[in-house]
Amino acid sequence: MDIALVSRDGKKITEPGGQDSPLAIRGLTVSYGEKPAVFSVDMTVEAGKMTAIIGPNGAGKSTLLKAALGVVPAVSGRVQVFGKPIARQRGRIAYVPQRASVDWDFPTRVIDVVLMGLYREVGLLGRLRGRHVKQAEACLDRVGMKDFAHRQIGQLSGGQQQRVFLARALAQGADLYVLDEPFAGVDAATEKAIIDVLKALRAEGKTVVVVHHDLATVAGYFDNVFLINTRKVAEGTVAEAFTADTLHDAYGGRLATAQIAQVAG
Amino acid sequence: MGSEFVPLSLPPLLIGAFAAVACALPGNFLLLRRQALIGDAISHVALPGIVVAFLITGAISTWPMMIGAAGAAVISVVLIEVIRRLGRIEPGAAMGVVFTAMFAGGVLLLEQTDTSSVHLDVEHALYGNLESLIWLDATGWGSLLDWDALRHLPPELPRIAVTLLGVVLFLWLFWRPLAISTFDEGFARTLGLRTTALGLALVVVAAIAAVAAFDAVGSIIVIAMFICPPAAARMMTNRLGVQVAWSVAFALLSAVLGYVLAGYGPLWIGMYDAVSAAGMIATVSGVILALTAVFGPCRHRAGAPAGV
Repeated sequence: MDIALVSRDGKKITEPGGQDSPLAIRGLTVSYGEKPAVFSVDMTVEAGKMTAIIGPNGAGKSTLLKAALGVVPAVSGRVQVFGKPIARQRGRIAYVPQRASVDWDFPTRVIDVVLMGLYREVGLLGRLRGRHVKQAEACLDRVGMKDFAHRQIGQLSGGQQQRVFLARALAQGADLYVLDEPFAGVDAATEKAIIDVLKALRAEGKTVVVVHHDLATVAGYFDNVFLINTRKVAEGTVAEAFTADTLHDAYGGRLATAQIAQVAG
Repeated sequence: MGSEFVPLSLPPLLIGAFAAVACALPGNFLLLRRQALIGDAISHVALPGIVVAFLITGAISTWPMMIGAAGAAVISVVLIEVIRRLGRIEPGAAMGVVFTAMFAGGVLLLEQTDTSSVHLDVEHALYGNLESLIWLDATGWGSLLDWDALRHLPPELPRIAVTLLGVVLFLWLFWRPLAISTFDEGFARTLGLRTTALGLALVVVAAIAAVAAFDAVGSIIVIAMFICPPAAARMMTNRLGVQVAWSVAFALLSAVLGYVLAGYGPLWIGMYDAVSAAGMIATVSGVILALTAVFGPCRHRAGAPAGV
């Protein structure tokens, strides 16, 4: 198949390689207004690993994932999930948006939010059964929030809200977990609970992609990194791609050399 | 018993109640999506469209009215975009200008045209004509089973009843996607839900309810019912389904209590004339909102999330 697909910078968009890659992005460009937020980015996520997406503020980290999952429209680019178009793989993806992107005053309880994760299973008009509720409760248990099932979501702390979002993703029973800044503004206990769950998912063979902002924890939490600053800067294992050079390329003058030396291997 | 109530009070009561519920139901979702003023906007913008539709067809009937209102809505959207771009002002200001201008234009059109043959005048646009929607063929409760009498029901009654049925059907069918996409649109999209189409459908359903209700009960009730019962209901509960149930109860209470108070209230305090039922229904809904704002169990914003 040789369709002349050309990305924004004139280079031909190739078929996403690595047929079994959980998430393969080619030539993705996203623009809010005139300036592109993400420009002609290629990304191939390695299966069964935890990948951090790293870059300075406004570098397009969240936008890259949102566009790849169809949350925001892309100008150009192709995305394949486990080797197929995303529309046919919705059931294999669980997405955790930024906590601040929703109104936590919404009239709903914790358990109802987790049950949203079962939408594809329950369907438009299917009846919620006891086993669905049990399933949702088990997911809450995994993130240590079982006792909060009947609380209104606005009564939770930021960290607790983040854990409820993770429980909803668990309820989806996906193979690819995409999380947008799950550690932003959460307490230490929540951070530990979340990373434990993510590592458990990896142990089950699931793939985890996380937009991450804390450079100090990258090496401890993740297998792979993807550095972006509107364009892709580097991609690979932490040892290969998370170096003083790549960090300097991604952050420019925004990180002092001493800071870079501290976090990069 | 019934020989006066059925022909004179039952039809306006039912029309008022159906209109109130038809507007309050989508109002719940509009409120949670921070689009509560869409009801307000629709009822302002629809007026010139309805008047023009009347001028062209010479009668008040459902389809021309709906098409006229829809046409006026499209013109408004274009005008808002033009003003926003050319004037480089924020969309809220552009909307404010267009909505009031459209409504004022509708009022002027009404005054300049001869609509005396039908119940379409400035007052009607605001208050509707609830009190005049009587059923003269009815002689008592038995008439509800009398086909000949039923055929002469005010046409507004079946019209608003069918509209209400459509609104209920839409919400029942799309309850889950609506709830999910109202709470978390990004997540809803990753589930494969078509959130843009769903949001548009909600606004269209609200617009149909507004135009159908507008004809019978005027714009005051429409504006009040989109906001007051859902807002009051939100303060009674922290669950979406329960909130919608409360909003229906409050809408019904406003309609019935407002109608009765408008008819008999002035007599009780020694005045002789009844007051506008539409005005009273809207007022009652406002009072309910005020009461729930003071005494409702869930009126406080739940504790702000720690560490945002």
